[in-house]
Amino acid sequence: MTAGAARVVADGWGWRYAGRRLPAVSDVTFTIEPGERVLLLGASGAGKSTLLTGMAGLLGDADEGERSGSLQVDGSDPERQRGRIGLVLQDPDAGVVLSRVGDDVAFGCENLGVPAQDIPARVREALDAVGLDVPLDRPTAALSGGQKQRLALAGALAMRPGLLLLDEPTANLDPDGVREIRASVEQVVAATGATLVIIEHRTAVWADLMTRVIVVGADGGLLADGSPDEVFRTHGDTLADAGVWVPRHPVDLPVLPPLGSGDTVLATHALAVSRDRRQPVQTGLELTVPDGAATVITGPNGAGKSTLALTLAGLLDPLHGAVAAAERLRGHRGLDPARWTSRELLTRIGMVFQDPEHQFLTQTVRDELEVGPRALGWDRDRIDAVVDALLERLGLAALAAANPFTLSGGQKRRLSVATVLAAAPAVVVLDEPTFGQDRRGWIGIVSLLQEEIARGTTVVAVTHDEDVIRHLGGHRIRLAPVAVGSAEARA
Amino acid sequence: MHASATAQNVNSGGAVARRLNWRVVDIVVAAVLGVAIGLVFWVWNTIGYAWFTAADGLTPGLGGIAVGIWLLGGVVGGLVIRKPGAALVVEVVAAIVSMLIGNIWGVSTVLEGIAQGLGAELIFAIFLYRRFSLPVAALAGVGAAAGAWLFELFYGSSPNILKSAEFNAIYLGTLVVSGAVLAGVLGWLLVRALAATGALSRFAAGRELRREV
Amino acid sequence: MSLRFEERKALQEPASSSGDPSSRGTRTAWIDGVNPVTRILLALLLSIPLFASIDVISGLVAIGLQLLCIPLTGLRFGTVLRRLALLLIIAPVAGVSMLLYAAPGGQVFFSFGFAHISEASSQLAIAVSIRVVALGLPTILLFARTDPTELADALAQVAHLPSRFVLGVLAGTRMLGLFLDDWRTMSLARRARGVGDRGVLRRFFTMSFVLLVFAVRRGTKLALAMEARGFGADIPRTWSRPSRLSGRDAIALAGGAAIMALSIAAAVLLGTFRFVWS
Repeated sequence: MTAGAARVVADGWGWRYAGRRLPAVSDVTFTIEPGERVLLLGASGAGKSTLLTGMAGLLGDADEGERSGSLQVDGSDPERQRGRIGLVLQDPDAGVVLSRVGDDVAFGCENLGVPAQDIPARVREALDAVGLDVPLDRPTAALSGGQKQRLALAGALAMRPGLLLLDEPTANLDPDGVREIRASVEQVVAATGATLVIIEHRTAVWADLMTRVIVVGADGGLLADGSPDEVFRTHGDTLADAGVWVPRHPVDLPVLPPLGSGDTVLATHALAVSRDRRQPVQTGLELTVPDGAATVITGPNGAGKSTLALTLAGLLDPLHGAVAAAERLRGHRGLDPARWTSRELLTRIGMVFQDPEHQFLTQTVRDELEVGPRALGWDRDRIDAVVDALLERLGLAALAAANPFTLSGGQKRRLSVATVLAAAPAVVVLDEPTFGQDRRGWIGIVSLLQEEIARGTTVVAVTHDEDVIRHLGGHRIRLAPVAVGSAEARA
Repeated sequence: MHASATAQNVNSGGAVARRLNWRVVDIVVAAVLGVAIGLVFWVWNTIGYAWFTAADGLTPGLGGIAVGIWLLGGVVGGLVIRKPGAALVVEVVAAIVSMLIGNIWGVSTVLEGIAQGLGAELIFAIFLYRRFSLPVAALAGVGAAAGAWLFELFYGSSPNILKSAEFNAIYLGTLVVSGAVLAGVLGWLLVRALAATGALSRFAAGRELRREV
Repeated sequence: MSLRFEERKALQEPASSSGDPSSRGTRTAWIDGVNPVTRILLALLLSIPLFASIDVISGLVAIGLQLLCIPLTGLRFGTVLRRLALLLIIAPVAGVSMLLYAAPGGQVFFSFGFAHISEASSQLAIAVSIRVVALGLPTILLFARTDPTELADALAQVAHLPSRFVLGVLAGTRMLGLFLDDWRTMSLARRARGVGDRGVLRRFFTMSFVLLVFAVRRGTKLALAMEARGFGADIPRTWSRPSRLSGRDAIALAGGAAIMALSIAAAVLLGTFRFVWS
């Protein structure tokens, strides 16, 4: 299976995207020897992805940007070496090409002209190398995030590459998925000895596998280049500020003890929840959400956490049973959030979705924040006051005129939370608030939530993240999957 | 500072060939746009169909007003991808998707999609795939509408050639207006709004709108 | 192309196997041995000749003969009827327009402005309604069990369409399931943001827009992933799932031609054949 590890040499390399004034990367020089395992770090916007895409030879032609210097793999341009370089992207769904596992892994081999009779062996080999033990006709849509990433890795391996590039492979995965892909990569590297370059901000997961760390500077050039211990020792603080989870740099936030007035703001009676109105994912739930404190909903994939959160927020109808809110939240049609009108929900229960972009409605950040208040019919002065205060509080003031879709991941997340807070609801429900966040974004969101709890808002968060659970304190709801076999692959 | 010579640039004649050659990203985005627009068509079928039949039943040919949305695929495809055949591909993929999700007209949906796509394609071709301004977009919408009108005149489940001349004249009028506005102008605005989100950074449509950063 | 999403599972056989027709699902149907390209030709064959004549007989005979072929398609009768039911409800609506606005002929029953209900227009209306069903039936019968990957393989290998296009479109169309999920989530989000009570039209437009943003973004990322696996390079491609034509394809096409011939012949014999442009 070995095809000879690749050697990457960069000499003053830079790339400027067409239409931009400043280069994304400039003046990068390094040599990566065959078989090295490199961790590529840097602040967001420093150009790490551009560098990785450049190494893969996929940046496009002269219409799409301008290059300077040289970047060579095994002595020639990476564009000419399709199949020698494998790339795994951050978004598990983006890397899946065909609808069955076997077909998807075979895709690379077909493109490279591998004779048809050799392909099944290569497919089996690649799947074994990543440890993905599923039948070849399993639909790829039914795989979990971690499995999809392993599939993408297998698809790359089937080409027998000498260089493996992974762009934030764990960013969109839950803890199980992270473990899976980490184990796979270790196995692969041991079996093939290919050169490995990984972009990550979760360094603790990878640090002991890596032989070298390269930090790309935001203003050009490289900030650091050396062994992991060295780099973390000398640049640990800068990296931590830039959003990288550096080992031995704990987060400086208080760990909240369980608080709360002891009253209940939401309660469920014999609740059965379902996504598709037919199969329940959870039944017989008798839960209470304490007022003014945090409640955390945890459980493995498929346990129905998101479905429960959406039902508590009055967005999905319960299959059986009911959700009842406290008396002070009574709406025109009673205490059941599912019966409230959209506008009543605004001031009572706010919902922050896992993907902030599902919530965006307008063309500027400021307009986004005004949507709720306008729907409530507030007057102009009140709206301006509230919106200005929120922009300040969430550090979005400079972006007030920007298009919400152009914000960074952390900014989008903060904006989505801010839009919910604009109407000052009593309860805020969040689905995976720290999903895909780097250290800075994570700290931003968790401290915001702690602030809200201190102000007396009830926070309900669905999360996998143990640190979030620790820092928010409070009440915990553990869901276990109902053994019906209808559970969703991604919760 | 040297331009990269990529393996894909087979033609030795540089700029024009590159401008009109389909890259992988052009093909895939055209397909995915077609799928998304097909889904939009299907949703519009439930909203717009009520409108269409009400209008068509009460007044001869005025149902054409709602048809414009079904012509969006060609206009948006041409404006985003800007290569020969883009309008046709996106409109046909959208037609196929809307047919398969649960639309009931069968094969004629796809055949009509081809006629509509060709109509829009013709306009972009007349402008040599160089102009993509608002008037061109509106004209492309009109082209698609004309394609639809011609198709429905002779084919479809109830060919309009059997209906009176007044019906057909009014229908052409409403189709053209709907095509120009609901497909042409709306499509142009849609592409501009898409570009403003930064999603079109690999396309000329996106690059010309983003201010230099 | 089959509809493989969770909500369609109730209507379909469970997940199919890797391209080998004989092990697909729990039952194989005769039609699984027919190449997808042939199926497309068959769908066209079963539709286009019907465009030539507007009359009740040809439509009814075509429908009847095709219903007789249901066992060959591997679909349950109930499934077909269920899909047909929707068609049966919509079909008369197409007839209404014809009823009111066809060029008048024979006795005129009713007139209002431009609308004339006449003998000729009512005959046409009925024929048209039947034709709607006759035109929709082939799609239901032929494509309910077609696997998109198999279809793409056939289009590239048998019909010799450019493989870059065919496979690019195939990969892109896989996203439909994701888009359906997105649409549903966005509807919930609109309710959560206070704008869910009114303005269906406005919501439709804003949701469509966001869907297109997702579409372009996902498409761009997918294109990158595909190119990284060597797609689009100048290397001649091999196929791990060969697609071939066989005798069964000829039989299927002959059968389709026979159905059409019989339908038109029946109309001619019974004197109802009416050339559409006369």
